Amino acid sequence: MALPIVGYYIVFFYWPMVGAVIAFQNFSPMKGIWGSEWVGLDHFYAFVNGHYFWRLLRNTLLLSAYSLLFEFTAPLLLALLINEVRSRLFRNVVQTVAYMPYFVSLIVVCGIVKDLTRSDGLVNLVYTFISGTDGQDMLQQPGLFRGVYVLSEIWQRAGWESIIYMAALTAIDPKQYEAARIDGASRLRQMWSITLPGLAPTIIIMLILRLGNMLEVGYEKIILLYNPVTYETADVISTFVYRKGLIDFDWSFSSAVGLFNSVINLAILLFANALSRRVSRNSLW
Amino acid sequence: MRLSDRLLDVVVYTLLAVLIAVTLYPLLYVLFASLSDGDRLLAHRGLLWKPLGFVTFAYERALSNPAVWTGYWNTIRLVAGGVVLNLTMTILGAYVLSRRNVLWNKVLMIFVVVTMFFSGGMIPFYLVVKQLGLMNTLWALLLPFAVNTFHLIIMRTAFLALPPSLEESAQIDGAGHLTMLTRIVVPLSMPVIAVILLYTAVDKWNMWFFPSMFIQDRTLYPLQLVLREILINNQTDTISSGTGVGEAQKIGETIKYATIIIATVPVLFVYPFLQRFFVKGALVGSIKG
Repeated sequence: MALPIVGYYIVFFYWPMVGAVIAFQNFSPMKGIWGSEWVGLDHFYAFVNGHYFWRLLRNTLLLSAYSLLFEFTAPLLLALLINEVRSRLFRNVVQTVAYMPYFVSLIVVCGIVKDLTRSDGLVNLVYTFISGTDGQDMLQQPGLFRGVYVLSEIWQRAGWESIIYMAALTAIDPKQYEAARIDGASRLRQMWSITLPGLAPTIIIMLILRLGNMLEVGYEKIILLYNPVTYETADVISTFVYRKGLIDFDWSFSSAVGLFNSVINLAILLFANALSRRVSRNSLW
Repeated sequence: MRLSDRLLDVVVYTLLAVLIAVTLYPLLYVLFASLSDGDRLLAHRGLLWKPLGFVTFAYERALSNPAVWTGYWNTIRLVAGGVVLNLTMTILGAYVLSRRNVLWNKVLMIFVVVTMFFSGGMIPFYLVVKQLGLMNTLWALLLPFAVNTFHLIIMRTAFLALPPSLEESAQIDGAGHLTMLTRIVVPLSMPVIAVILLYTAVDKWNMWFFPSMFIQDRTLYPLQLVLREILINNQTDTISSGTGVGEAQKIGETIKYATIIIATVPVLFVYPFLQRFFVKGALVGSIKG
């Protein structure tokens, strides 16, 4: 009975891990993995010393940091807001509407984003009104890419991701609020001293998971939204891997870059987990 | 009530009302635009409160685009195949992983979980799929994604929560693994199975990146790839052919929106009915991080 599952993981996970040795070769499909010429760490050196290395690393880290800062806090804030709503009906309406964008496909979301940020798109009109700029396509301006990316990400996912916090909120003992009320705590104070601490373990686990994917920003979405004009801020390590490997067919070099990405990711995850275990006794394992 | 609390209420309700508007508007915009007259839509700037005119022409054109229909058909096959394959694999795998008496159970669990944190990368994965001869078949979108590790862990957790005494008594009555799985474990785990089924269906419905990597044959394009051509690459010429350039542009705009609606409505239509399942699923998933 264990056979299908073991077979699946071997073929589609462990075999590619072995296949990743092409990162240390000049892989040629004709010669195959065992016949190709070994070049050691050449591709890694080439990448790290390459023209785009710092740009890619900076873009990846910045986009991840922005995500961490804004996409991570938005669902939390939303859950806190919804938690303060007393009217059942209003609460249901808010939740239903907030989850909805999650079910719209990425392609459609990006289509809508492209449309609304066009020179005559609504979002662009608002932006030009506020900033006083001349309103060319927002997706043609490298300076705006990160903002568009993060905001659209929040639009699509914040509602859905708030569910986890909503669930954690139901686990908080109502007696605590009662006691706080008797002691004369305002609702803001209750939010700060009861609700937030109650959510802390969930927040930490979510944070660790997030950190583990630090370098894996949503390349699917970037691929749909970026273009050569915005590479300067939009191109990240994984989109670079995609272009080098699947468009330029530079398989060995691309695998080396991908491996570089995976190793750093793993290191960040291990570090975050160890740190969290020290600080809060919460950890993934 | 004190003043500060009342103030909080005002702030909370105002913020949430704004959020509802901001979330809903882009979706309404697409709906209104799809029903609008092409000329007036192109000339229009700013908010769209209602359709400009009421024209169903775009829908007729979008629905007469054969790519939309083959896209639908391929997506349906993908969703159906994915649901059957993934559920079978996940249930089998979770059953094995939830056995308490299997010695190498822990080893197997590590074997599975490691893949969540480390992988060979995009290119080696691509090469494996290529070597297996799956390129340009729908199997390339099914087999390599037959198990989602996250779903597997959720399912395993659910199986582990079943009372062990049930299985012991079944064993005494002479039930083998297959009987135990089909007669006891699966029937008792229907809520979780329903949740995983829905997740899988949505995943397959929305799939586009791997299709774009593995599928070149246009007759095998899932709906999302058809949408990408129309929305992202702006290739509306195929649908508005037989018209002049300016004509094509304004028709293309409304057809684009009509196609979005046609491709999204099934999901948004079933969503309210499924909402409680999804919410339950998110909760199930959050139990163990």
